Amino acid sequence: MDLIFIRDSFLQLLSGVPLTLELTAFAFVLGLIFAMLLALMRVSGIRVLEIPASVYIFIVRGTPLLVQIFLIYYGLGQFRPTLQSLGLWQFFRDPYWCGIFALSLNSAAYGSEVLRGALKSVSKREIEAAKACGMSGLLLYRRIILPLALRQALPAYGNELILMVKATSLVSTITMMEITGIAARLISETYRPVEVFIAAGAIYLAINFLLTRLVSWLDWWLTPHLRGVPAATPKAEHINA
Amino acid sequence: MIELLQYLSFGPGGWGQALTAATFTTVAVAICGFFIGGALGALIAWGKLSGGSVVRFTADSYTTVLRGIPDLLVIYLFYFGGSLLLSRVASLWGVQGFVGVPPFAAGAMAIGVVSGAYQAEVFRGAFRVLSKGEIEAGRSVGMGRFLLFRRVIVPQVFRHALPGIGNVWQMVLKESALISVTGLVELLRQAQIAAGSTRRPFEFFLIAGAIFLAITWFSQLVFAWFERRTGRYMSGGLV
Repeated sequence: MDLIFIRDSFLQLLSGVPLTLELTAFAFVLGLIFAMLLALMRVSGIRVLEIPASVYIFIVRGTPLLVQIFLIYYGLGQFRPTLQSLGLWQFFRDPYWCGIFALSLNSAAYGSEVLRGALKSVSKREIEAAKACGMSGLLLYRRIILPLALRQALPAYGNELILMVKATSLVSTITMMEITGIAARLISETYRPVEVFIAAGAIYLAINFLLTRLVSWLDWWLTPHLRGVPAATPKAEHINA
Repeated sequence: MIELLQYLSFGPGGWGQALTAATFTTVAVAICGFFIGGALGALIAWGKLSGGSVVRFTADSYTTVLRGIPDLLVIYLFYFGGSLLLSRVASLWGVQGFVGVPPFAAGAMAIGVVSGAYQAEVFRGAFRVLSKGEIEAGRSVGMGRFLLFRRVIVPQVFRHALPGIGNVWQMVLKESALISVTGLVELLRQAQIAAGSTRRPFEFFLIAGAIFLAITWFSQLVFAWFERRTGRYMSGGLV
């Protein structure tokens, strides 16, 4: 084990961190928006909306992400003339956007299941209370249902964020030089897989550790009602856990 | 549409045979990885539940690290690291140069090691559902540790773990596509080869995706059937 080499690879791998974080953030936010749409479609009670959403989720969750990435990046290249005439070629020939597109479509399918559960967990009484106050439609969703559902979904959606960080490593297969892409290049150049693995693994673990902390802090911040006064409500800690 | 069927034909010029063989490779490597992971997972769950502080710390670090690192990196580690090790061993025997690990073995080990971390958590969760009373009852009728493990713990942990294990299997199956980076001709790699030679990547990645979907769908049915079957003797309600 060569500590100096580990340090050197670590420093080189750090240059991939911004790209990894960028891909994660972009794909996560887009994925969340798609996921919300899908989840709303599924709980809408309208069959024409429900069925396409369910089919989409079934297909995306049943196929490997790498196949989806290749299908979008290499597969759509086949339709270059059509895409060019639509003005979308700039977008689909770039591995960066293809990667983000594939990652967000993928995460939307998994995330929508989390959000669907959360939407269903909003209690009827609260919705009725809001209706009794005269809220309906968008206002009801914006003020009552969505905030409650998002808070409920947060811990599970935090896992989705970690999975997203890991999933960005796959876009290294379509030439993106994020952490794993640089690691693969270092391995093939130096032929010292163990050291490079340790350095890259440490970076990923650090990122995921920080994100986990961030999510649990956010969760703590959004649930003041569960914290309570320790002396008065001795069970508060139990509920939190 | 006719074109698509031509690609799938088993005759000359068709890719049917190659894709079928690749499908078997995908399933085989996934099953191997899944069972390696099952054995590792059981061992780690055991360490977490009844080990001393050192064992527990090791087991906890294992699950934390392996679940926090991209699987692609682990595959690179096993493929290139394994080859490095093998080349060193071979040079002791006088064989010079590069000796590669078979991609199948490296891939199965890699997804085994990763899925082991997930399966350990599933087993641990399932074990915690077991009521203390049952273990005490087993002891009180004179069962030894091994008998208790075999008759009381394993059958119940298995049943409770089944849904979680089903999820891990789906994950392993989809992860097996990553092994294509080592050159193992599984489904995705075969689709890449065919796409390169016919210049029809869209169709072939679509076909590969459809085959993956068929396999995951079929395994879903099998697991659902298995759950119903093993759940027959369980008390009703949310077990």
